[in-house]
Amino acid sequence: MPAPNVAGFHARDEAPSQSATEPAGRPPLRAVPANGDLAGTAAVKGHVLLADVTVSYGKVPAVRGVALDLAPHSVHAIIGPSGCGKTSLLRAMNRMIELTPGAHVSGRVELDGRDIYAADVHAPRVRRVVGMVFQRPNPFPSMSIADNVSAGLRLGGGRRRGVDLNQVIETSLRRAALWDQVKDRLKSKAMTLSGGQQQRLCIARALAVEPSVLLMDEPCSSLDQIATRKIEELIRELSRSITIVIVTHNLQQAARVSDTTALFLVDDDDRHGYLVESGTTERIFNGASNELTREYVSGRFG
Amino acid sequence: MTASTIALGHLLDDGVSDRRRRRSELGWVALCAVGSALVVATLVLIIGCVAANGIAAISATFLTQGVVDYDQGGALFAILGTLQLVPLAAALAAPIGILAGIFVAEKRNSRVAHVVRVAAETMSGLPTIIVGVFVFTIIVAPTGQYSAGAGVIALAIIMLPVITRSVEEILLLVPGSVREASLALGIPAWRTSISVVLRTALAGVLTAVMLGVSRGAAETASLVLTAYGGGQAGNFGDLGSPTDSLPTFIYANSISPDPVLVTQAWGASLVLLVIVLALNLLVRNRSIGRRAI
Amino acid sequence: MGGDRIFTWLTAAMGLVVIAVLGAIAIELLVGSGPVWSRFGFGFLTSTQWDPVKGLYGALPYVAGTVTSSVLAMAIAVPVGIATAVFIAEFAPRRIAAPITIAVELVAAIPSVIIGLWGLLVLSQLLSQNVEAPIVNNFGWLPFVGSSATGSDLFTASLLLALMITPTIVALSREVVSSIPRMQHDGLLGLGGTRWEAVRMVVLPAARTGIFGACILALGRALGETIAVTMVIGNTGKVPTGLFDPAQTIASQIASNWSEASIGLETDSLVALGLVLAVLTVSTVVAARLIMHGRGPAVGAPA
Repeated sequence: MPAPNVAGFHARDEAPSQSATEPAGRPPLRAVPANGDLAGTAAVKGHVLLADVTVSYGKVPAVRGVALDLAPHSVHAIIGPSGCGKTSLLRAMNRMIELTPGAHVSGRVELDGRDIYAADVHAPRVRRVVGMVFQRPNPFPSMSIADNVSAGLRLGGGRRRGVDLNQVIETSLRRAALWDQVKDRLKSKAMTLSGGQQQRLCIARALAVEPSVLLMDEPCSSLDQIATRKIEELIRELSRSITIVIVTHNLQQAARVSDTTALFLVDDDDRHGYLVESGTTERIFNGASNELTREYVSGRFG
Repeated sequence: MTASTIALGHLLDDGVSDRRRRRSELGWVALCAVGSALVVATLVLIIGCVAANGIAAISATFLTQGVVDYDQGGALFAILGTLQLVPLAAALAAPIGILAGIFVAEKRNSRVAHVVRVAAETMSGLPTIIVGVFVFTIIVAPTGQYSAGAGVIALAIIMLPVITRSVEEILLLVPGSVREASLALGIPAWRTSISVVLRTALAGVLTAVMLGVSRGAAETASLVLTAYGGGQAGNFGDLGSPTDSLPTFIYANSISPDPVLVTQAWGASLVLLVIVLALNLLVRNRSIGRRAI
Repeated sequence: MGGDRIFTWLTAAMGLVVIAVLGAIAIELLVGSGPVWSRFGFGFLTSTQWDPVKGLYGALPYVAGTVTSSVLAMAIAVPVGIATAVFIAEFAPRRIAAPITIAVELVAAIPSVIIGLWGLLVLSQLLSQNVEAPIVNNFGWLPFVGSSATGSDLFTASLLLALMITPTIVALSREVVSSIPRMQHDGLLGLGGTRWEAVRMVVLPAARTGIFGACILALGRALGETIAVTMVIGNTGKVPTGLFDPAQTIASQIASNWSEASIGLETDSLVALGLVLAVLTVSTVVAARLIMHGRGPAVGAPA
């Protein structure tokens, strides 16, 4: 893929495809087939599919009629002005939206072909597989750094058989590019870290349970530039093995970091969000089909 | 990779530990629910007993006659006693408590204010029997007799820290902008405190006083040592002589071997309970986010 | 401004009244009990004799009664209270949480004399027949069981105390638990935790200090409770050695004996008891304040 000319875009390393069934390169984005037949899509781990998804609070829809196909092992950015329902949509992907009283999701949200809102699927299970990094770092204050990372593994109330907690802690912290900075003080409280470090700790914590998908809600918005850059590098690295969905209000960040981008805007009449256009990042930023998209990414409004 | 993954089951399927954790959660939540149910059940039980046993005692005689000839007559003296002691004590404690509360709320940096706050907190944790001992020593002993006046003082001392702390809390909830706006209009600080800040918090201040009243109405121990003279007093209005009150009436009659008197104790409990619960529910309705401890 | 000056002095004066009253109480307790300390010294605290005829007074049975009844009450009230607080704050649907909260507050509002009446006439009779008689008759030879099956004993008193201090624990714990930021709680849910796990692993550890302070305050209330305890505890002068033994707390000893006490050493001894009780309760208030210093909402606003 030739490097696009959007400023700041890093050319992405092409990781050789491991699976015989995975098409070479990235599966192209396409509309969901009307008959819902996903036979052509290999059910690899971490494929998120949204079909006519509406998220409402009570009777008021926050975002309506969303159709998205998020391929595995890629970074997918969701951009748009505030109020367009980006965060609501993100939280619908791991059923965290259910924590808000009155919130309701209609349509299908599928993970690897299975509807996560099905009656026989339990929300904690979904969240184990679809992890989340929140807007502001939220390490558990009463726990040490090591305990924070292993928190997700200790949920059973005891050790899982065959799991070496220390090994997992180290691996996760390495993946989050935090190991070297904290390896000598794993027992100290998480709150002694800086903001950027705390956010990377939260990422390590999310990674420790080995999710297939990682949802990130404006993860750099409370961080400085240097910390932001570090996390963006991290995101690129992680997407080799995990599907990442990142909500960001920062257009440059979306252009830098993501493989695909979906733009949401607010409908003037009904005040709900809707999907304007989605596609590869290169196309969205350099020649989108929709005029609104072109105007938005060039900064003409929003 | 994918074909074999499908054959083993979807990663959204429950694992064994998932089911175990869910059952564990259910168990703990059920335990917590049982704890709550215990408290609620006890409340219902007590109110039920008081109502059931007390109804038998309520009659025109009960409410309109004082103690006549040992176990004839009713609880009038006790009712009048409470009606005398509590409002007087409130009238004494409220002005002091409100002003002290204003002092502590407004002069937050002053060391004196800090000491006052600590004193109020300490006082409200002091067992009321000790207040009774105190008032006994300074009033009852020198004057040689139990008196309603001593009871008023004792109740006032008990109400005082309650009112002070509640008023402080309420005033702290008033936004600083209210005060600033008033001062910016040229209204002097003292006038601001009274007419503006206090008035904004008026509902809360009334709540504070009502909480104090509720505590005073229920108070027994200190009255036993100060105002209670044996239950026969009928000199309503004379602060120098002893007086009965609903709580002391209940206390004295509860241990009586005479079933008539015991029934009267239940009856008086019903009256007192109605008064106190009514006050409490009133307070609840008037205020936001308060809790009675 | 003249008006301001006057007003400030007025409010300050009223504040000083609060301090003065507390000070007067403290002074009176110290002065009034002076003769006792000079006569018995610390022996007052260790002696078990209370004999007005011989002029010998000792506080030990009453201190023992106070401490054991309060500790027993805490053993019941703390788990029930925390469980209730957690249930209301984290698990109960709104329609249930509100009535439970009101119910807990109403328990706190019930005058202690009414709780005592109910305890004496209802609870102790129930316990005496169904619980105490069987246990005392069959297992009375075991240590710590006690000998009284009348229902007026340490056990009944502790139950009543537990009932009376539970609302304190519930109300304060609920406040502390609610003040833990939702983000932390949700963070554990985001990892795949259940709501109970979020409470157990994140919320409760964070609330630990506040809940502890709430319990200390409740302990203070238990130590000082007088009337309900007096009505059911059995009014004896002996140190309780078993759960179903009659006992006496400091507060109930003062309440029971005050009216017949002869002015002089006997009343002074009762005042000395009051001093001991005051020291005990004030220590808990101070301890709670120290523990909760700088943490969240103001502790224990009064009823």
